Amino acid sequence: MRKARSIVELLPEGLIACPDCDLLIDLVIDAQIGASVRCPRCGAELFRVRAESFENTLALTLAALILLLLANVFPVVGLNIQGHRIDATLIGASICLWDADMPLLAGLVALTTITIPAFELCAVLWIAFPLWRGRRPAGFIAIVRLMDFTHAWGMVDVFMLGILVSLVKLEHLAEVLLGVGIVAYGGVMLLIAAIGASYDQRVLWQAWEGARP
Amino acid sequence: MIATSAAATGLARCRCCGLVSAFAAAEECPRCSVPLQLRKPGSLSRTWAYLLAAYILYIPANLLPIMETRSIFSVQQDTIMSGVIYLWVSGAWPLATIVFVASIIVPLAKLLALTLLCVTVQMKTVWRAKQRTELYLFVEFVGRWSMLDVFVVTVLVALVQAQSLATVMPGSGVVAFAAVVVISMLAAESFDPRLIWDPMNRSGKETSRGVSD
Repeated sequence: MRKARSIVELLPEGLIACPDCDLLIDLVIDAQIGASVRCPRCGAELFRVRAESFENTLALTLAALILLLLANVFPVVGLNIQGHRIDATLIGASICLWDADMPLLAGLVALTTITIPAFELCAVLWIAFPLWRGRRPAGFIAIVRLMDFTHAWGMVDVFMLGILVSLVKLEHLAEVLLGVGIVAYGGVMLLIAAIGASYDQRVLWQAWEGARP
Repeated sequence: MIATSAAATGLARCRCCGLVSAFAAAEECPRCSVPLQLRKPGSLSRTWAYLLAAYILYIPANLLPIMETRSIFSVQQDTIMSGVIYLWVSGAWPLATIVFVASIIVPLAKLLALTLLCVTVQMKTVWRAKQRTELYLFVEFVGRWSMLDVFVVTVLVALVQAQSLATVMPGSGVVAFAAVVVISMLAAESFDPRLIWDPMNRSGKETSRGVSD
């Protein structure tokens, strides 16, 4: 541990390694905010140049959490079959799979469409608020590692497309009713994309290093 | 500065916070205390294992019905392909194309692409390393969109229930299909793209300066 620390202190400050090809890069950033910095060897995006500010991230995340709550409370879509109305909520869709003796699938759908998006939004809020105030968030490392792990498994956008496809399939069968839930869930989808564009790991760690422990 | 990998210089990029520091076995990252690794451990054998499982499951995923529509008059079983054909015949060509690409082309193409990557890494070839990295990043990016058909079945099951004239039940094929998607995402996650570049580190001549655009 001690030995590693002393060598690290000798390394140039801008030294990074490409996560996709491990090229050692002595980085000099002379680009504008918003510019994409790419690996000169494999061409993968290393990061975007960003201002170290969490105001946008915080606002977007709060809005997304509220919309996610609404999306879970109100029905997403409904069918009107000869005056008979059937509504589906987000969690209701998973429960139907559970009732059809497919507990694993029900778990997977609930996890990817509700649990993981909710966890990610709460985690961003938990981290970004103290950093915005210049403090180090409690449990920062554990949360960042967990977010790294869950990152690919939040599927709000894929689920939205799934709803769209199933509505087209049902169109001839019955009158399709759009609920408040689908508008809210669509909003969550757009906000998650905006949150992803408002910060990255690099900015998080820079802010963490500069923050009061 | 000659293009060289961090690993060849005795440095490791932390998988949690991205800091580059001196590598030694059982050493921890000086910033976030996560154990350092040069490469993902057992990357190739884990990827192969996931790939094999996914190839096997791809067969029942496409042959077994993913859903069953029961009405008073008939029982209709749908596979993934018959769902695509249905959308196409009913005139929803853009959606039919999306579902065809997301559910049939992409899952198989992903498995073939990862197989190609594993084989070329084992051959220690320097052939088209940049294109192979791009291929990997693309596989990683599209992975989650294959969940589309699972979500379509979920919404249909939730909406078309006993109260109406027909009932939609999930078929066993959808479990196999979801398993293919999840397992191939795990395969992509366990593959380490830095292995593509490892045979090359002795002969590079480019300067390693970060470029921005």
